[in-house]
Amino acid sequence: MSIWEYANPRKFMATTAPIVPVAFGLAGLCMAIGLIWGFFFTPDDFRQGSTVKIIYLHVPAAMMAINAWAMMLLASLIWLVRRHHVSALAAKAAAPVGLTFTLIGLITGALWGQPIWGTWWVWDPRLTSFLILFLFYLGYIALWAAIEDPDTAADLTAVLCLVGTVFAVLSRYALVFWNQGLHQGASLSLDAEENVSDVFWQPLVVSIAGFVLLFLAIVLLRTRTEIRMRRLHAIALRERAV
Amino acid sequence: MPDLGTYAVPVLSSYAIGLGLVLAITAQSLIRARQVKRALEDAEGGTDDG
Repeated sequence: MSIWEYANPRKFMATTAPIVPVAFGLAGLCMAIGLIWGFFFTPDDFRQGSTVKIIYLHVPAAMMAINAWAMMLLASLIWLVRRHHVSALAAKAAAPVGLTFTLIGLITGALWGQPIWGTWWVWDPRLTSFLILFLFYLGYIALWAAIEDPDTAADLTAVLCLVGTVFAVLSRYALVFWNQGLHQGASLSLDAEENVSDVFWQPLVVSIAGFVLLFLAIVLLRTRTEIRMRRLHAIALRERAV
Repeated sequence: MPDLGTYAVPVLSSYAIGLGLVLAITAQSLIRARQVKRALEDAEGGTDDG
Protein backbone atom coordinates (compact mmCIF):
# COMPACT_ATOMS: atom_id res chain seq x y z
CA MET A 1 0.00 0.00 0.00
CA SER A 2 1.33 3.42 -0.99
CA ILE A 3 0.80 6.81 0.69
CA TRP A 4 -0.24 8.14 -2.73
CA GLU A 5 -3.46 6.12 -2.49
CA TYR A 6 -4.71 8.89 -0.16
CA ALA A 7 -4.42 11.31 -3.07
CA ASN A 8 -7.54 9.59 -4.39
CA PRO A 9 -10.44 11.79 -3.17
CA ARG A 10 -12.68 8.77 -2.42
CA LYS A 11 -9.96 7.10 -0.37
CA PHE A 12 -9.19 10.38 1.41
CA MET A 13 -12.86 10.94 2.28
CA ALA A 14 -13.31 7.39 3.56
CA THR A 15 -10.12 7.49 5.64
CA THR A 16 -10.61 10.92 7.21
CA ALA A 17 -14.33 10.59 8.04
CA PRO A 18 -13.72 8.85 11.40
CA ILE A 19 -10.53 10.83 12.16
CA VAL A 20 -12.13 14.32 12.14
CA PRO A 21 -14.47 13.96 15.18
CA VAL A 22 -11.76 12.18 17.19
CA ALA A 23 -9.25 14.94 16.38
CA PHE A 24 -11.78 17.63 17.37
CA GLY A 25 -12.50 15.82 20.64
CA LEU A 26 -8.83 15.36 21.55
CA ALA A 27 -8.05 18.96 20.54
CA GLY A 28 -10.79 20.31 22.79
CA LEU A 29 -9.62 18.11 25.67
CA CYS A 30 -5.93 19.08 25.36
CA MET A 31 -6.70 22.78 24.91
CA ALA A 32 -9.05 22.79 27.90
CA ILE A 33 -6.52 21.00 30.12
CA GLY A 34 -3.55 23.10 28.95
CA LEU A 35 -5.29 26.47 29.16
CA ILE A 36 -7.11 25.82 32.47
CA TRP A 37 -3.94 24.39 34.01
CA GLY A 38 -1.87 27.31 32.75
CA PHE A 39 -4.36 30.04 33.63
CA PHE A 40 -5.54 28.86 37.05
CA PHE A 41 -2.82 26.62 38.45
CA THR A 42 0.56 28.12 37.53
CA PRO A 43 2.33 30.87 39.48
CA ASP A 44 3.27 34.34 38.22
CA ASP A 45 6.73 34.77 36.72
CA PHE A 46 9.13 36.69 38.96
CA ARG A 47 9.86 39.24 36.21
CA GLN A 48 6.75 39.23 33.99
CA GLY A 49 4.11 38.75 36.67
CA SER A 50 0.77 37.31 35.51
CA THR A 51 1.44 38.22 31.85
CA VAL A 52 3.30 34.90 31.60
CA LYS A 53 -0.14 33.26 31.33
CA ILE A 54 -0.37 34.63 27.79
CA ILE A 55 2.33 32.10 26.83
CA TYR A 56 -0.27 29.26 26.68
CA LEU A 57 -2.00 30.97 23.76
CA HIS A 58 0.78 32.98 22.16
CA VAL A 59 3.44 30.28 21.74
CA PRO A 60 1.15 27.50 20.37
CA ALA A 61 -0.56 29.93 17.98
CA ALA A 62 2.70 31.42 16.69
CA MET A 63 4.27 27.96 16.37
CA MET A 64 1.29 26.63 14.41
CA ALA A 65 1.18 29.75 12.23
CA ILE A 66 4.65 28.84 10.93
CA ASN A 67 4.00 25.08 10.88
CA ALA A 68 0.79 25.62 8.90
CA TRP A 69 2.82 27.39 6.23
CA ALA A 70 5.31 24.49 6.24
CA MET A 71 2.41 22.08 5.70
CA MET A 72 1.12 24.26 2.84
CA LEU A 73 4.61 24.25 1.33
CA LEU A 74 4.76 20.45 1.42
CA ALA A 75 1.27 20.14 -0.07
CA SER A 76 2.12 22.72 -2.75
CA LEU A 77 5.30 20.85 -3.71
CA ILE A 78 3.31 17.61 -4.01
CA TRP A 79 0.84 19.44 -6.26
CA LEU A 80 3.58 20.93 -8.44
CA VAL A 81 5.47 17.64 -8.79
CA ARG A 82 2.75 14.98 -8.80
CA ARG A 83 -0.41 16.97 -9.66
CA HIS A 84 -2.54 15.39 -6.92
CA HIS A 85 -5.63 17.60 -6.49
CA VAL A 86 -6.17 16.62 -2.86
CA SER A 87 -2.79 18.10 -1.92
CA ALA A 88 -3.61 21.43 -3.59
CA LEU A 89 -6.98 21.48 -1.83
CA ALA A 90 -5.32 20.65 1.51
CA ALA A 91 -2.98 23.64 1.09
CA LYS A 92 -5.96 25.85 0.28
CA ALA A 93 -7.84 24.47 3.31
CA ALA A 94 -4.93 25.16 5.68
CA ALA A 95 -4.50 28.84 4.77
CA PRO A 96 -7.44 30.34 6.74
CA VAL A 97 -6.44 28.27 9.79
CA GLY A 98 -2.83 29.48 9.52
CA LEU A 99 -4.07 33.05 9.06
CA THR A 100 -6.15 32.77 12.24
CA PHE A 101 -3.22 31.42 14.24
CA THR A 102 -0.97 34.18 12.88
CA LEU A 103 -3.52 36.80 13.92
CA ILE A 104 -3.73 35.28 17.41
CA GLY A 105 0.08 35.34 17.62
CA LEU A 106 0.21 39.00 16.56
CA ILE A 107 -2.57 40.20 18.88
CA THR A 108 -1.50 38.25 21.97
CA GLY A 109 2.11 39.27 21.28
CA ALA A 110 1.13 42.95 21.21
CA LEU A 111 -0.94 42.57 24.40
CA TRP A 112 2.02 40.84 26.06
CA GLY A 113 4.61 43.27 24.73
CA GLN A 114 2.91 46.46 25.88
CA PRO A 115 3.26 45.89 29.66
CA ILE A 116 6.63 44.07 29.43
CA TRP A 117 8.49 45.96 26.67
CA GLY A 118 6.55 49.20 27.04
CA THR A 119 5.38 49.07 23.43
CA TRP A 120 2.74 47.22 21.39
CA TRP A 121 5.06 46.73 18.45
CA VAL A 122 8.70 47.01 17.37
CA TRP A 123 10.11 46.52 13.89
CA ASP A 124 12.54 43.83 14.99
CA PRO A 125 13.40 40.98 12.58
CA ARG A 126 11.21 38.34 14.19
CA LEU A 127 8.07 40.45 14.51
CA THR A 128 8.47 42.02 11.10
CA SER A 129 8.93 38.69 9.30
CA PHE A 130 5.90 37.33 11.21
CA LEU A 131 3.80 40.30 10.06
CA ILE A 132 4.94 39.71 6.46
CA LEU A 133 3.93 36.05 6.86
CA PHE A 134 0.46 37.30 7.89
CA LEU A 135 0.31 39.40 4.70
CA PHE A 136 1.39 36.37 2.66
CA TYR A 137 -1.50 34.38 4.15
CA LEU A 138 -3.90 37.14 3.07
CA GLY A 139 -2.36 37.24 -0.41
CA TYR A 140 -2.49 33.45 -0.72
CA ILE A 141 -6.21 33.33 0.18
CA ALA A 142 -6.96 36.28 -2.12
CA LEU A 143 -5.14 34.62 -5.03
CA TRP A 144 -7.19 31.41 -4.65
CA ALA A 145 -10.36 33.54 -4.64
CA ALA A 146 -9.32 35.65 -7.61
CA ILE A 147 -8.64 32.87 -10.15
CA GLU A 148 -11.55 30.92 -11.56
CA ASP A 149 -9.71 27.93 -13.02
CA PRO A 150 -8.80 25.72 -10.03
CA ASP A 151 -5.66 24.20 -11.60
CA THR A 152 -4.27 27.62 -12.52
CA ALA A 153 -5.09 28.88 -9.03
CA ALA A 154 -3.32 25.87 -7.50
CA ASP A 155 -0.24 26.50 -9.68
CA LEU A 156 0.04 30.21 -8.87
CA THR A 157 -0.70 29.84 -5.16
CA ALA A 158 1.90 27.06 -4.95
CA VAL A 159 4.51 29.46 -6.35
CA LEU A 160 3.37 32.16 -3.89
CA CYS A 161 3.71 29.60 -1.10
CA LEU A 162 7.30 28.89 -2.12
CA VAL A 163 8.13 32.60 -1.94
CA GLY A 164 6.35 33.09 1.40
CA THR A 165 8.35 30.24 2.89
CA VAL A 166 11.31 32.63 3.10
CA PHE A 167 9.41 34.71 5.67
CA ALA A 168 8.17 31.67 7.60
CA VAL A 169 11.78 30.51 7.96
CA LEU A 170 12.98 34.05 8.79
CA SER A 171 10.29 34.38 11.44
CA ARG A 172 11.34 31.16 13.14
CA TYR A 173 15.10 31.69 12.94
CA ALA A 174 15.33 35.52 12.99
CA LEU A 175 17.09 35.52 16.36
CA VAL A 176 19.65 33.00 15.13
CA PHE A 177 20.31 35.01 11.96
CA TRP A 178 20.46 38.51 13.46
CA ASN A 179 20.69 38.03 17.25
CA GLN A 180 18.91 41.33 17.86
CA GLY A 181 15.47 42.70 18.69
CA LEU A 182 13.24 42.62 21.76
CA HIS A 183 11.69 39.20 21.20
CA GLN A 184 13.13 36.37 23.31
CA GLY A 185 14.49 33.10 21.92
CA ALA A 186 12.60 29.83 21.58
CA SER A 187 10.39 28.94 24.55
CA LEU A 188 10.77 25.26 23.73
CA SER A 189 14.01 23.62 22.71
CA LEU A 190 15.57 20.18 22.53
CA ASP A 191 18.19 21.60 24.89
CA ALA A 192 16.49 21.37 28.33
CA GLU A 193 18.52 24.28 29.71
CA GLU A 194 17.01 26.65 27.15
CA ASN A 195 13.41 25.75 27.99
CA VAL A 196 11.09 27.76 30.20
CA SER A 197 10.76 26.46 33.75
CA ASP A 198 8.94 23.10 34.19
CA VAL A 199 6.00 24.71 35.98
CA PHE A 200 5.21 26.67 32.79
CA TRP A 201 6.56 24.11 30.32
CA GLN A 202 4.20 21.23 31.22
CA PRO A 203 0.86 23.00 30.61
CA LEU A 204 2.42 24.70 27.59
CA VAL A 205 3.19 21.34 25.97
CA VAL A 206 -0.41 20.19 26.58
CA SER A 207 -1.72 23.43 25.06
CA ILE A 208 0.57 23.02 22.03
CA ALA A 209 -0.73 19.45 21.57
CA GLY A 210 -4.26 20.92 21.59
CA PHE A 211 -3.40 23.48 18.91
CA VAL A 212 -1.70 20.82 16.73
CA LEU A 213 -4.76 18.55 16.99
CA LEU A 214 -7.13 21.45 16.31
CA PHE A 215 -5.13 22.36 13.21
CA LEU A 216 -5.30 18.73 12.03
CA ALA A 217 -9.04 18.52 12.69
CA ILE A 218 -9.93 21.79 10.94
CA VAL A 219 -7.64 21.20 7.96
CA LEU A 220 -9.05 17.70 7.40
CA LEU A 221 -12.60 19.05 7.71
CA ARG A 222 -11.91 21.95 5.32
CA THR A 223 -10.11 19.67 2.84
CA ARG A 224 -13.16 17.40 2.80
CA THR A 225 -15.31 20.48 2.16
CA GLU A 226 -13.03 21.57 -0.71
CA ILE A 227 -13.25 18.07 -2.26
CA ARG A 228 -17.05 18.27 -2.09
CA MET A 229 -16.96 21.79 -3.57
CA ARG A 230 -14.87 20.44 -6.44
CA ARG A 231 -17.40 17.69 -7.04
CA LEU A 232 -20.24 20.25 -6.97
CA HIS A 233 -18.34 22.38 -9.47
CA ALA A 234 -17.90 19.35 -11.77
CA ILE A 235 -21.62 18.54 -11.56
CA ALA A 236 -22.51 22.15 -12.40
CA LEU A 237 -20.19 22.09 -15.42
CA ARG A 238 -21.67 18.78 -16.61
CA GLU A 239 -25.24 20.11 -16.31
CA ARG A 240 -24.29 23.26 -18.17
CA ALA A 241 -22.79 21.18 -21.01
CA VAL A 242 -25.92 19.02 -21.41
CA MET B 1 -10.01 33.24 39.61
CA PRO B 2 -6.28 33.97 40.00
CA ASP B 3 -5.16 37.43 41.07
CA LEU B 4 -3.79 38.94 37.85
CA GLY B 5 -2.85 42.24 39.52
CA THR B 6 -2.13 45.19 37.26
CA TYR B 7 -1.90 42.90 34.19
CA ALA B 8 -5.52 41.71 34.31
CA VAL B 9 -6.53 43.64 31.17
CA PRO B 10 -3.82 42.31 28.80
CA VAL B 11 -4.09 38.73 30.13
CA LEU B 12 -7.89 38.54 30.00
CA SER B 13 -7.98 40.33 26.62
CA SER B 14 -5.50 37.80 25.21
CA TYR B 15 -7.64 34.87 26.31
CA ALA B 16 -10.88 36.49 25.12
CA ILE B 17 -9.51 37.39 21.67
CA GLY B 18 -7.45 34.19 21.23
CA LEU B 19 -10.25 31.83 22.20
CA GLY B 20 -12.77 33.92 20.28
CA LEU B 21 -10.75 33.57 17.07
CA VAL B 22 -10.27 29.82 17.65
CA LEU B 23 -14.01 29.38 18.14
CA ALA B 24 -14.75 31.55 15.08
CA ILE B 25 -12.58 29.54 12.65
CA THR B 26 -13.90 26.27 14.11
CA ALA B 27 -17.54 27.35 13.83
CA GLN B 28 -17.09 28.77 10.32
CA SER B 29 -15.42 25.53 9.16
CA LEU B 30 -18.16 23.34 10.65
CA ILE B 31 -21.02 25.46 9.27
CA ARG B 32 -19.51 25.61 5.76
CA ALA B 33 -18.81 21.85 5.84
CA ARG B 34 -22.44 21.17 6.68
CA GLN B 35 -23.77 23.54 3.99
CA VAL B 36 -21.55 22.09 1.23
CA LYS B 37 -22.32 18.50 2.26
CA ARG B 38 -26.04 19.24 2.05
CA ALA B 39 -25.66 20.99 -1.32
CA LEU B 40 -23.74 18.01 -2.73
CA GLU B 41 -26.32 15.55 -1.40
CA ASP B 42 -29.04 17.58 -3.11
CA ALA B 43 -27.09 17.68 -6.36
CA GLU B 44 -26.31 13.95 -6.33
CA GLY B 45 -29.68 12.84 -4.97
CA GLY B 46 -28.43 11.88 -1.51
CA THR B 47 -25.47 9.77 -2.56
CA ASP B 48 -22.61 11.66 -0.88
CA ASP B 49 -20.37 8.85 0.38
CA GLY B 50 -18.03 10.93 2.55
